[in-house]
Amino acid sequence: MKHRTEIRDYHAPIWNEPVIMEMGSDGRRGLIFRKTDQKIFDELGDAKKLLPKGMFREEKPGLPELSEHEVQRHYLHLSQETLGMMGISLFGTCTMKYNPRLNEIVAGRSEVAETHPLQHEETLQGTLNIIHNFDLILRELSGMDNFVFQAGGGAHAAYTHCCLARSYHASKGDLEQRNEIITSIQAHPCNPATAASAGFNIITLPLGENGYPTLDALKAAVSDRTAGLLINNPDDMGIYNPNIKEWVKIVHDAGGLCFYDHANFNGVMGKIRARDLGFDACMYMLHKTFGVPKGGGGPAVGAYGCTSELAEFLPSPVVTKSEKSFNLDYDRPNSIGRIREFWGNVPQVIKAYSWARAMGANGIQEAAEISVLANNYMESRILKIRGITKSHPNISGYRMEMTRYSIEKVTADTGITVEDLSNRMVDFGIDAPWLAHHPWLVPQPFTPEAGECYSKEDIDYWIDVVEEIISEAYENPEIVKSAPHRQPIGKINAALLEDPDHWAMTWRAYIRKKSLKKKD
Amino acid sequence: MEKTVSNVHPYMPNSAGNTKEKMLNAIGAKNIDELFTQIPEKHRLSDQLDLPEQLLSELDLKRHLLSILSKNSTCEKNTNFIGAGCWQHHVPSICDEIIGRAEFLTNVWGTPSSDHGRNQALFEFCSLLGELLKLDMVGLPVYSYGCAAGHAIRMASRITGRKKIIIPKIIDPERKGVIKNYCELKNMEGHIEILEVNYEKDTGNIDLDHLSKIISKDVAGVYFEVPNYFGLIEKNGKIISEIAAENGSETIVGCDPISLGIIKPPVDYGANIVVGPVQPLGIHMNCGGGVSGFIATSDDERYVREYNTLNISVTETDIEGQFGFGLSLAGQTSYGLREAGKDWTGNSTYLWAIAGAVYMALLGPSGFIELGELIIQQSNYASKKINEIDGVKTCFDTIFFKEFLINFDDSKLTVSEINEELRKRNIFGGKDLSIEYPELGQCSLYCVTEIHTRQDIENLIHNLNEIIS
Repeated sequence: MKHRTEIRDYHAPIWNEPVIMEMGSDGRRGLIFRKTDQKIFDELGDAKKLLPKGMFREEKPGLPELSEHEVQRHYLHLSQETLGMMGISLFGTCTMKYNPRLNEIVAGRSEVAETHPLQHEETLQGTLNIIHNFDLILRELSGMDNFVFQAGGGAHAAYTHCCLARSYHASKGDLEQRNEIITSIQAHPCNPATAASAGFNIITLPLGENGYPTLDALKAAVSDRTAGLLINNPDDMGIYNPNIKEWVKIVHDAGGLCFYDHANFNGVMGKIRARDLGFDACMYMLHKTFGVPKGGGGPAVGAYGCTSELAEFLPSPVVTKSEKSFNLDYDRPNSIGRIREFWGNVPQVIKAYSWARAMGANGIQEAAEISVLANNYMESRILKIRGITKSHPNISGYRMEMTRYSIEKVTADTGITVEDLSNRMVDFGIDAPWLAHHPWLVPQPFTPEAGECYSKEDIDYWIDVVEEIISEAYENPEIVKSAPHRQPIGKINAALLEDPDHWAMTWRAYIRKKSLKKKD
Repeated sequence: MEKTVSNVHPYMPNSAGNTKEKMLNAIGAKNIDELFTQIPEKHRLSDQLDLPEQLLSELDLKRHLLSILSKNSTCEKNTNFIGAGCWQHHVPSICDEIIGRAEFLTNVWGTPSSDHGRNQALFEFCSLLGELLKLDMVGLPVYSYGCAAGHAIRMASRITGRKKIIIPKIIDPERKGVIKNYCELKNMEGHIEILEVNYEKDTGNIDLDHLSKIISKDVAGVYFEVPNYFGLIEKNGKIISEIAAENGSETIVGCDPISLGIIKPPVDYGANIVVGPVQPLGIHMNCGGGVSGFIATSDDERYVREYNTLNISVTETDIEGQFGFGLSLAGQTSYGLREAGKDWTGNSTYLWAIAGAVYMALLGPSGFIELGELIIQQSNYASKKINEIDGVKTCFDTIFFKEFLINFDDSKLTVSEINEELRKRNIFGGKDLSIEYPELGQCSLYCVTEIHTRQDIENLIHNLNEIIS
């Protein structure tokens, strides 16, 4: 079969856009506020006079001065200097999706954008209704009894769970003793990190031969100190742990709680339920699986659901439904309180609800099937490319919605690394793929995830580009090594980013360090 | 497993035609079920998924969403005086345009070259905010103001190796609730004990005698806010910082960046770590979904090496004279060190940082000064006029910024009753504090910003007069 399509002659826009701190000219204005009403001014007078002594800011903030149009064009240029899924992005673990524009339009309307979370609940019945309906949808998908949306991302939902676990064990009087959380080296770093931030000690299980930790390793780890288990399944290599029910039982028998990090839900949506597997709680990322935009790293939502046994500890408020209305329940004495102000990224919950309604049960199951099919299709092609292998090649059979690959052999043969590959891929208008979380268990890894939103032609093109780059690596490695060539800027000097004499997280710091260097 | 019905779906190109068959043929699988053999049969759903009817037509979906949302009443159709951690400010049109750009909106993260534009916008957010704060180090935003305060407190605890923190009695319970979770529960090894410092009854300023009494060499930091939850402007910031420094404690200050055109930045009165909300900087309230928080300090490594945030630094590229941006110090986060990292790092609110950059660039120095003046004058005018109503009085005899507390005890009405009456007149009265601060009586926290006009304020007074008399 001939796969190769013509490689596009892509080039990113280059604006040589200056940093805004250097733009504009004295006295220009981008936004003007009305002058204080004369009557008010006459009664109150200057701000300087009003403020406590010594609290008035005498000098003007050192901000640039630009006209409205200049600001608009500057940031439009910056958006154009961002590849941002304009081509194809198969960024594994993040489940890249089309974000329906309708949802942006609806969430941008005043019924959502111009509402305050402390308005009387009578005036927010529409929003509360949608949140409740979406809670019901997630209950059906997971088997859990109650969902909340305060968590501003997946990691934050893991943190929420750890806070619940503290309160749960404290209520039983054994928090002091139960201070250990068990996880796997293949779990997202946020699992051990949030558990540690919540005060727990961490036990990390290594992987066994089958690609997941062994039952024996888990049995050796549990004890009367076990507070719980935080685990994902399938993992980022597309491997599903078939012993997960036994895992849950072992942890429960030891007195711990089991949290299902459902970051990799896309391949199993409508196929399995966290509750059926015995879990006490789970988390879905609405900005990944449920079609909500990622915003380059949020605003995001980690929808957190748990069984009725844990519900009393959920953060407040919880949206409830009475006969006549939807309500916010703040009166929950055993709640962990707040993990973030208010009740979550409401527009994102509305977008997720809209996505779920557009998909329906059939669409959701179809998406899971297409994403697993597309991944295995990719695998069949990618493994034919010279020098590319997959993780745990000993494990035969189909992977779930992701496969982790390695170009270790290519690196040994040509010196080309996955970073080089990433830098070269963007020259073809394709977003660099996800590599792997640290520590790298597989050398020179990359992890694409096809999902359901890209066509077979897109997927083929993506693979064609990888194939093209690998043949470049063998025939003309310099072009890969020196990439990118068709992006707004060249390869950055990463060493300076870690050097206190050079790093500059603000323009002020940059100017200060530059002038110090001049003096040297 | 039962085969699902295939619909052609606008979000799923491969749902159409014979694409699925083509892919199955290429991999040599007979059917899709075969691909799921990793999942044991006993793990799978035993019943049909029971979800609401599919709305495949965009038109039907839009009608459905709008019909539900029409049950909301908005701060656009009503005059809103609720603030308390989520504030109604004017959002310039360009902020919405820029964060609506698909390149910024949909993607996650690219390479420093492919995402140069976004990295620059994020660096500009930190640089612009750094100018307002007069600080060299600003991390990318965290989830919220409260989360920023929580991380800052843990940062101070790590820096000093101490396990106590002082916070003021006047603090938003929402924010305090968040902070409490960051400090861990009692009986945990890492528990940070929270001590509360009293306030002066007539001004709301921190009670310096009480502060001196409770502070010790065990205290990691003293946290206070300017303006505070009640809108009050602490006048003794410098003395508080000195007391903290004498005890080897860090001074952590929460501030509203929108006030910084007229109010001194916290570093000028001795703050070591500054936190605050990002939402006022060009982000809609979004029913609370607009919240976001920042953490800023000097560039001293003692602080910089304790950040849990992602940080964008300017750097050079392999092309002479060209600048670029990249992640700095990611190795110290949980991405680099898992549980040994600084707290944790994950998805946050980075799109709001881009809105914030646009906002600060549009306002410039004069915009912030104008806005600060307008807000302080209008809010103090409102409080002054409300104070003249019989049966109503403002709680502190001092100047506010943006928010102020009103007491209705003498009116014989509860805040709840008054707010209900105001709602009938298309006014959202202030946040009812009678439950969270019972010692203050029937009190309500009002917020007046640039969105209000003198007529809005006078209309409020007129209606309060009617309701109370």
